[in-house]
Amino acid sequence: MVCDECGKNEAHIHIMQIGPDGRIEKNLCEECASGYGTTMFTSREKSMSVNDFLKGVFSSAAEGEESAPARHHELVCPNCGMSYQDFQQTGKIGCSVCYDTFRQQLEPLLRRVHGSSVHSGKIPHRSGGALELKHESEVLRRKLQEAVRQEEYEKAAEYRDRIRTLEKKLDQQEGGEADGDR
Amino acid sequence: MAIGDLFSSTDLPWLNIGGREGDVVLSSRIRLARNFRGIPFPNRADFNQLAKVQEMAASIMPEMELAVRQPFDVVDMDKATSLERKVLVEKSLATWNFLKNTQHRVAFISESRHVSIMVNEEDHLRIQCTVNGLDLDAPLALASGIDDLVESRLDVAFDEKMGYLTSCPTNLGTGLRASVLLHLPGLVYTRNINNIINISQQLGLSIRASYGEDDKEWQGNIFQISNQLTLGFSEEEIIGNLKSAVKEIVSHERRARKALELYRKDQLEDSVWRAYGVLCHARILSEKEVLDLLSKVRLGIDMGFIDEVGAQCFSEILIGSRTSYLQNLAGNENMSGNEVDRMRANVVRKALSEHGAAGSRAS
Ligand SMILES: [Zn+2]
Ligand SMILES: [Zn+2]
Repeated sequence: MVCDECGKNEAHIHIMQIGPDGRIEKNLCEECASGYGTTMFTSREKSMSVNDFLKGVFSSAAEGEESAPARHHELVCPNCGMSYQDFQQTGKIGCSVCYDTFRQQLEPLLRRVHGSSVHSGKIPHRSGGALELKHESEVLRRKLQEAVRQEEYEKAAEYRDRIRTLEKKLDQQEGGEADGDR
Repeated sequence: MAIGDLFSSTDLPWLNIGGREGDVVLSSRIRLARNFRGIPFPNRADFNQLAKVQEMAASIMPEMELAVRQPFDVVDMDKATSLERKVLVEKSLATWNFLKNTQHRVAFISESRHVSIMVNEEDHLRIQCTVNGLDLDAPLALASGIDDLVESRLDVAFDEKMGYLTSCPTNLGTGLRASVLLHLPGLVYTRNINNIINISQQLGLSIRASYGEDDKEWQGNIFQISNQLTLGFSEEEIIGNLKSAVKEIVSHERRARKALELYRKDQLEDSVWRAYGVLCHARILSEKEVLDLLSKVRLGIDMGFIDEVGAQCFSEILIGSRTSYLQNLAGNENMSGNEVDRMRANVVRKALSEHGAAGSRAS
């Protein structure tokens, strides 16, 4: 068999390419095939790493919105203290509250990275509402202990009553959750 | 299985032969990234917060062991030696990133080694489940079950619109990274591998060599392909997309092997046997040399040229020839390169003689 590329040498190497036009198959001599190898190898070396890509995405987002820089500078996560600038530099988010804080800034960026900004996968079974109640009752419990330690018994009684109400609500919610509406 | 075994055994069940598409696909893995609400992600957390996360994770482990129906080994990265830590990376039970800081970094590894949960890696929890051959459904079901248990006891960071919240926005949404480990000597030898790499990227998949300086040269013809996008698709869509790409690659790899057999059978057979000969008799072997020769021997076994040795030797040599594994076995991090290379050659010879001869024709 003669080489498909140069049409001179004997073809020893079979090459398959899948491109926009579908599959192309070629039989090549070693010389032509090795040329293929190098051109492809260089293009691979030039390919960007995911990190380079991301940095590009984040900084281009920054440049594009330069018209309103002051707004970004003021944004700081109340939970972990991360600023939007920190994020642009590191490419890493600080905590779950950051996502709420920077929601507006992140949305176009997510669309650029993922092609979408809306989750359509798994959802936690447990309802977020019940979790928040539990969280609140935990905070109250800590306050209650603190009040007892400070011998502020009136306050402590108030906390205790609030915990009881919360707990009742929680029981109802968890009982009702079995019906699986959400 | 004792915890010492974790560092001294070469056995990883998901590198065993006999999985689906096992002539090309070595293993399949699902990794879920999860975080706890309100606590800063590990890169921004202080020691108290990291300790709190560690405590939260540890608190559900007794239930986890019941749910997964096996005990877990606990590796406190701060207490492990630096060699032991590196062995975990060589065995893909931990990541390089996980070794950067060791305080309050803990890995929970199931006895069977199918499950590894890294605590305080880039995210609070990294749940990874791995099986042999091409099978993404089983590890997804397992990882998802583990995730269900986590979320039933602990407050997982989730947003209705953005999904599971992660330290890096590239993991946001499902937090899912599905990956498949492929042995692609046919596509490398026929110089088709770059096409596959380019096409994969166009399909939203990333493919990289598992061994070797990534951008310069790959070793052992082993590649890992995984999804790049995590948001806007369901878990099923993500693994479906990966699965169909892998099936396509598998058929290309098989065609490439056929083409090699058709056009270059004598050279191929010779090269496979030479590789086997060197591995059987060499006294000094480098990491790279072992990987390149091992790939040829495995190809020879899968194509039926070699039946002197079983394919089980592959995983044993793949793990047993890594430098940190050998140094840890010798209990000496300061071995000279020459000493390591000699030890490596010994280990390889031993593995081949143990998996050879029995049941096959005498040589
Ligand atoms: Zn030619
Ligand atoms: Zn934050």
